[in-house]
Amino acid sequence: MKQAIALTVNGDVYEVLISPNQTLLEVLRDKLGLTGTKKGCDLGACGACSVLLDGEAYLSCLMLAVDAVGKEIVTIEGLSEGGDLHPIQKSFVELGGLQCGFCTPGIVMTAKAILDEEPQPTEESVKKKMAGNLCRCTGYKKVIESVMSASGRMGGKQ
Amino acid sequence: MNDQNFDNKNTSFSYLESRPLHIGASVPRLDAYEKVTGKEKYAADYYGENLVWAGVKRAGVPHAVLRGIDFSSAVKVPGIVRVLTHEDITGSNRQGVIRKDQPVLVNDKARHCGDAIALVLADNKESLKEALDLIVCDFEPLPGVFDSEQGLRNGAALVHEDNADGNRLLKGEIKTGSGSDAYKECDVIVEACFQTQSQEHAYLETEAGWARLLANGKLEIVCSTQTPFRDRMEVAEALGLDPTLVRIIAPYPGGAFGGKDGVTVQTLLGLAALHSGGRPVKMWWNREESFVSGTKRHAALMYYQLGAKADGTLHFLDVRLYFDTGPYDHLGGVVLTLALEHAGGPYRIPNAQLTGWAVYTNNPIGGAFRGFGVTQVTAAVEQVMDMLAQKLGMDPVKLRLKNATKRGDRSCVGKTMVCSNGLVECLETLSKHDLWKQADDWKSSAGPFKRRGVGIAAAMQGSGYGPVVPDYANAKVELTSDGKIRVYCGVVDMGQGNASTNLQIAGSILGQESGQMELVLPDTDRTLPSGSASASRCTYTFGNALIGAAETLKQRILQRAADLFMASGPHEMALIPGSVRHLPTGREVPLFRLVKFFQDSERIAVHHFRAPVAADNIGVSPEIKLHGLPHTLFSFGACLAAVEVDELTGAAEVKRFLAVSDCGKVLNPQIYQQQIHGGIAQGLGYALSEKLEVEKGRILTTGFSTYIIPTASDVPEIDSIAVEIYEPTGPFGLKGVGEIATNGPLPAVANAVADALGIRVFESPLTAERILEAFASNGRQESSI
Repeated sequence: MKQAIALTVNGDVYEVLISPNQTLLEVLRDKLGLTGTKKGCDLGACGACSVLLDGEAYLSCLMLAVDAVGKEIVTIEGLSEGGDLHPIQKSFVELGGLQCGFCTPGIVMTAKAILDEEPQPTEESVKKKMAGNLCRCTGYKKVIESVMSASGRMGGKQ
Repeated sequence: MNDQNFDNKNTSFSYLESRPLHIGASVPRLDAYEKVTGKEKYAADYYGENLVWAGVKRAGVPHAVLRGIDFSSAVKVPGIVRVLTHEDITGSNRQGVIRKDQPVLVNDKARHCGDAIALVLADNKESLKEALDLIVCDFEPLPGVFDSEQGLRNGAALVHEDNADGNRLLKGEIKTGSGSDAYKECDVIVEACFQTQSQEHAYLETEAGWARLLANGKLEIVCSTQTPFRDRMEVAEALGLDPTLVRIIAPYPGGAFGGKDGVTVQTLLGLAALHSGGRPVKMWWNREESFVSGTKRHAALMYYQLGAKADGTLHFLDVRLYFDTGPYDHLGGVVLTLALEHAGGPYRIPNAQLTGWAVYTNNPIGGAFRGFGVTQVTAAVEQVMDMLAQKLGMDPVKLRLKNATKRGDRSCVGKTMVCSNGLVECLETLSKHDLWKQADDWKSSAGPFKRRGVGIAAAMQGSGYGPVVPDYANAKVELTSDGKIRVYCGVVDMGQGNASTNLQIAGSILGQESGQMELVLPDTDRTLPSGSASASRCTYTFGNALIGAAETLKQRILQRAADLFMASGPHEMALIPGSVRHLPTGREVPLFRLVKFFQDSERIAVHHFRAPVAADNIGVSPEIKLHGLPHTLFSFGACLAAVEVDELTGAAEVKRFLAVSDCGKVLNPQIYQQQIHGGIAQGLGYALSEKLEVEKGRILTTGFSTYIIPTASDVPEIDSIAVEIYEPTGPFGLKGVGEIATNGPLPAVANAVADALGIRVFESPLTAERILEAFASNGRQESSI
């Protein structure tokens, strides 16, 4: 049986009719049209669907939409403010931290969570924390460089 | 999200400094903005009002006669639109690149577990899943073929009864010099058998697409593909449609690496759209389905004998290759042919006997994968080179340098190498690098229970289609009615960055900055046929065409501006961002004004380029020539892996990696490095962790928790150095960089492990278990390899 829930995504409240077994990823993409969040495996093994819930990185394919009620959800579409890119996004653009780009939204959201928690991380720490986000194109070198550069650009602040 | 118009892409970055694009600069990728903001619309991101979800019932058995399909319960599921089988297909129901041997929907028998049996159309995903589970296939099991050598034996079960050669898809034979007889003239011979595994492409975007049938009868298919123009013909033929009624639109794929070279979802989607009552249809394989049904790098069995004179001069090579192509040709014959051509590596070997078989089996489909047969044979030849160096007591770099081809030399198939060749520079650069010079110090400082080794490998990679299949591109550039420059890309950018490089090339010739440029991605109705995104050919072939088109348009713009200013000729005019300047007076006319003086037909310039082919007649059969042998353009590389092995667990860890590559001049260093880094990471996964477990045709590792691709914490520090030798036939001196880096990691790692332990593991991937087993069975003694 479908039920109506309210989700707060990127500061907007969406009222949406869902099945209780629908994942947050499914609802974001199929119901809200927020296709920036990607599906790579639907099993919690690739990180492409990473979003922020109350500031922490979550795999939206492993979370039921109903469990996200009452949380502040931020997706890749909500990261930049106004027309300006977030410093993390700028770093990924300038340093080439992406190729095909399909893993990129998940990686950028994970980077945000990493830098919020640890504003001046070591490269080793970023590699460890990014290990749940698979990228098949870049070999990660420029991904890590982009995160490190973003840390500097953000002045080591959140 | 319901508005499915296929826009031109605007590429401006408001916050980046604007300046004319130019060759050789690390211009940020012009697709990066859309990708970091989540705005980029991939094939998987198409939905639409009144959407129909399409899904496939897979065989689930490796080899069985299909006696019937019972979908009577499935059609009763609420929300089911249609269930379609082979009986609903009015065309040939066959697809394939060289040999059309793969059914869209099975009509006679299943030849592998991923075969498509029925197509279900549903209003929603839940109904779709339920109906797929309710379809019952009546199968009569057949004995299977699960090993390429066994498949060639008399009495083996036949995968295609109608194939005159039994399970042999293609046999290739090449003999140069006195062939095998030359072994008698060698002072030293080494011999080994190598086994390399199937490798999964593991792109993050699984096979996906969206289609609709328009009222005028046109079938529009948006899909994640490397080959839109070939797809159009395949879809039309398989479904019995007029090709002009099929339009393929190719957004940026979310990774491809060869796995989207050829149809995946396309024909199925087309069929679904013909039966959906005009509703749009979406298909998106899940990860397990992608593993089971998608193509793989061919598993290979390779027997090698390499002989040399006492001074290390290579003299003789005997190779037998068995490539498991699975149930369908796909590109298996072409992959085998490239393997044969590269079997002797980038070396001069005057006498060679090379034989290879591509064999049908009931395993997963072997197909194109970055490296394309070269990856497998490079793993073998670079290991026997190290074995030979050891037997001769020679430094492995010196042995390679001694035998390295230079321009004008012949490769092991007898082809005269006429392109630029930086192999010697690559090897010399490697040998001067600290990782090589200080290898002994690094190895001797291993901690307790650790052993360290340093291994190298060299490689070459042919690019383009070879001597028969036309390797061409048609570029189209437009001065738009509002004064922008629009580039129509005929070749897909699956992540390698060629779309950006195309804008860089056109922008550089036309003096424009990125904000002045627009891009049209491949679309069979709007862009011109330019071949596949494959074979390290994209920027080489399309770039050459694009230079021609951009130069034509430039001359037209300058001439028209010169006429307008009553200048003595176009030499007095220069294109600057957004305008044309009259140099003697400094007067300018903006492009959006100048364009008013153009007829519509003059605003578009096109140019055709066909890649050069080998002039040599090296005496191979027409069939092998058709499959692409020989090539005439090659990229080269040398690499080094510094590996630490844990004596207690057998686990090998690559600590540092160096790649030196000759891919001609670099047009964009950032994109170049991405390609090298990514190729290395895939190669390291192939070397160490990516083990596709297949048991009697069934894949047991169907997800990323069991099939392990490298993560951010697995890829070592990488040094990548470009040896930029100008290639005269390339656009601005470029050669392809797409594949070369993938070939070296496996042999470099295997050589490093052998260096560390004194034992060699002949089967990849080099898992901890295999290394430990080899180490233990060797009694932990240093031994000769």
